Amino acid sequence: MSDQIEPIAPREISVHDVEFEQVVQNGPKGFFDQLQGFWVTFITMFKKVNTVQYPEEKEPTAERFHGRHQLNRHEDGLEKCIGCELCAWACPADAILVEGADNTEDNRMSPGERYGKVYQINYLRCVFCGLCIEACPTRALTMTNEYELADDSRSKLIFEKADLLAPLRQGMLMPPHPMYPDMEDVNYYRGDVKGSHPSQDVQK
Amino acid sequence: MTTTEMVDMISLVIDGFEVSVPKGTLVIRAAEKLGIQIPRFCDHPLLDPVGACRQCLVDIEINGRAFPKPQASCTIPVEPGMIVKTQLTSSVAEKAQRGVMELLLMNHPLDCPVCDKGGECPLQNQAMSNGQGESRFEGAKRTFQKPINISSQVLLDRERCVLCARCTRFSEQIASDPFITLNERGALQQVGIYEKQPFESYFSGNAVQICPVGALTGASYRFRARPFDLVSTPSACEHCASGCDMRTDVRRGKTLRRLAGDDALVNEEWNCDKGRWAFKYVTATDRLTTPMIRNSDGVLVQASWPEALAAAAAGLSGHKSAVLVGGRATYEDAYGYSKFARIALATNDIDFRARLSSDEEREFLAAHIVGSTTTYRDIDTADRVLLVAFEPEEESPIVFLRLNKQFRKRALKVTTIATKLSIGVEKLNGEFIKVAPGAEASALSSQALTNKSVILVGERASESAGLLSAVAALAQTSGAKLAWIPRRAGERGALEAGAIGNLLPGGRPVSDASARVDIATAWNTDSLPSDIGKNTNEIINAVNSGSIGALLIGGVDPLDNEMSAQTLAALEKAFVVSLEIAPSMVTERADVILPVAAVTEKSGSFLNWEGRPRAFDSAVTETHNRSDLRILSMVADQMNRTISLGTVTAAAKEIASLGRWDGAKVSITKVSAPSVPSISADEAIITSWRRLLDLGTLQKGEDNLAATSRRTVAVISPKRAQVLGVSDGDTLRISTQYGSVTLPALVEDIHDDAVWAPRNSRGSQLLSQLGIAHGAVVKVAKV
Repeated sequence: MSDQIEPIAPREISVHDVEFEQVVQNGPKGFFDQLQGFWVTFITMFKKVNTVQYPEEKEPTAERFHGRHQLNRHEDGLEKCIGCELCAWACPADAILVEGADNTEDNRMSPGERYGKVYQINYLRCVFCGLCIEACPTRALTMTNEYELADDSRSKLIFEKADLLAPLRQGMLMPPHPMYPDMEDVNYYRGDVKGSHPSQDVQK
Repeated sequence: MTTTEMVDMISLVIDGFEVSVPKGTLVIRAAEKLGIQIPRFCDHPLLDPVGACRQCLVDIEINGRAFPKPQASCTIPVEPGMIVKTQLTSSVAEKAQRGVMELLLMNHPLDCPVCDKGGECPLQNQAMSNGQGESRFEGAKRTFQKPINISSQVLLDRERCVLCARCTRFSEQIASDPFITLNERGALQQVGIYEKQPFESYFSGNAVQICPVGALTGASYRFRARPFDLVSTPSACEHCASGCDMRTDVRRGKTLRRLAGDDALVNEEWNCDKGRWAFKYVTATDRLTTPMIRNSDGVLVQASWPEALAAAAAGLSGHKSAVLVGGRATYEDAYGYSKFARIALATNDIDFRARLSSDEEREFLAAHIVGSTTTYRDIDTADRVLLVAFEPEEESPIVFLRLNKQFRKRALKVTTIATKLSIGVEKLNGEFIKVAPGAEASALSSQALTNKSVILVGERASESAGLLSAVAALAQTSGAKLAWIPRRAGERGALEAGAIGNLLPGGRPVSDASARVDIATAWNTDSLPSDIGKNTNEIINAVNSGSIGALLIGGVDPLDNEMSAQTLAALEKAFVVSLEIAPSMVTERADVILPVAAVTEKSGSFLNWEGRPRAFDSAVTETHNRSDLRILSMVADQMNRTISLGTVTAAAKEIASLGRWDGAKVSITKVSAPSVPSISADEAIITSWRRLLDLGTLQKGEDNLAATSRRTVAVISPKRAQVLGVSDGDTLRISTQYGSVTLPALVEDIHDDAVWAPRNSRGSQLLSQLGIAHGAVVKVAKV
């Protein structure tokens, strides 16, 4: 059958066919030559040490370092987040998930009509660019300087609202609770509310 | 406009480009034709022009004479020799538009972050494209209390309103429900409802959809998502036979909202509130997810699919079986049931009509409706429309909108043969021919119709014996177009798919040997059963008498039939295989439950009342639920009688390859109407229909929607009210030997011998409470 292709026989190559180049090997350096090499090490011993004993010792970050996010509160403890999803919209890495919900009289989490019911940031995706912070219309979302964001599972690195919310400071009251009497949501945004109303204070 | 009509074309120049458009076209539309987008808020192609927002100002010059000021392009029709300069070429128009935008934004709040419209807002978009970045307004913005509920479904934020009057014009011009209007004047002008009368229109959702700002929002979608969260899928509405084009928006596997799609031939751009807001049944927590089998102790237990399929196959093979499809199956699923009955069960005992029905109806459908081609278009060109046992606003809302459009446009004459005058017919200013329940046929003969007329007959016609025969005869003698409009979305498709005892797929009569050979060849089987199958009631009776031992049941509610007691007894007695999405009275009594996919979870198509395919794709992909078709195919395989319908595509292909029957149709046996029973003073003849918003299974969990349903009342005539000593608001008891309902009375225009109550509303579920719903004598008494 002439139309069948003849297999090409593999060419045999032997080690003897290859020419090896002779490598020139230098002998050991002299004693003074060796000292010259150690000199750099020696001098460095007297220089200022840059190494930090992390994690025992920690260096403060730059003031505006982009670290873990925080969901802030108004002065009376109500959440600043209104669940508008602008942060999620701005996020180039699709790291943020928000679901809004209605504030009701019995369950008020933030001033105004709307609050963020679900708030998640996926730190496996976050690139710490800060566009979400720029997008936030109520300054609810800011970044802290915390950078220790390592863990041993994927799910642990999806931070929920409870992980992100700022702690209650002096004078703040845990929501849900009503708005400050005679104040509207606009007053909250203008900073007119300076703390929880004495009548609401359950800590007393 | 059809091509046969002569149209005067007018040429004009817009931004230096010449364009020819039909006479009467508005300048803004002519510009659209050139691809020039003039910003607008109030303009809507289906609403009358109003020129309310002034955003579309352009410079216009006619034959060398320029208008002294920019004109609103949405109110000015084109004229020959017109030269239009939009914001793209005229600095005057551009400045005018910027000015208008600045004025509109003066009082518009900057609450886009909390507004549901944010991200899909014409005002937001056009402020970005045609507005200016800075505001010169330094005063305090006008504020209103927000939001106010203008119905339980619709919320109004008055401060966001730009007074475009789209919502008020829609309500007045399209729905004829003028429940909202513009109140006050000047800066305080606002949309308002009439005192004590909320915005309870069946079409209120459209006003939300066409609002160009976030002034009107739907309660169920409020704060739920942003446009970029949603995955939108074109879909079809599963609620009625109108066949609306829809868009389903899904976020993380959950339907969050549904919007009316744009189909000029069917629903134009509208839909009804049921189609828009009744979708929670899909995500209800009680959905069936795993197959269940009744064990030897008579308890339903979860089972694996192979176990359940084997049990279903064994039960169906071991008995003489019948199939009840229900009216909500898709075309392809109904075809699956049809083929399954013929091949796997070797029977014609299949019926899709899970409601009051008759053999007369079955013959009527086979003789006149299967393959019928009457469409919405015929309503548009009709000289007269006759409604028989059909309440368009309640039973097929888009048909109502079409009738209303023609009534407003050219005073289309609508005649209804009914017992009670309805709100819908009143809005159409229809001629009301008042008859006693059951006597509709006698009024038909006097109707003078032409071959341009259209007869729309509802599914309730089967409840009056002789009516469908009379309708068929009238259509024959007058040449009028005939259409049958069932309530449920799947009925026309099931009819075409042969899910009924006297027809095979494609409208082939079972009685015709060559039709049977046709199908047997296509299905690769030796022969098909040749006896005409039993109807729903006969199947139920046969189970109770023991001649049928097993039932395969789709989405059927046993309380939809007046034989509900017998139906429940039959379900207890027979071996029941139930294909359902959620627990029901059937699944409670079933021996094998096979969970199936809901409409949003599968692909397929419905045939609307016109017979027009309404195809849809699965909107929710995160589901393990399978379509009825796939499951039927698996059961058939288990029975070793394969129907080879693994996928919807395969079924659609097979249906297409079968084609339509071109042989002789079944002839209808004329049924004469029985005489109307005579009644005594404390009696009346009951009549009823289902309301659009009622206790329907697919409206489960929609509390906001249910709150906009109409009041449950018992309606009697002034004369009967006098006899009974009843006035509006008194309590009336309607009773039969089975039970009674007690409802507030309403005295209205209804036949003197009749009493009307909604068929399936809260407190008035006639079929289960009274055992009857139409044409029977009941006792009526004041309580």
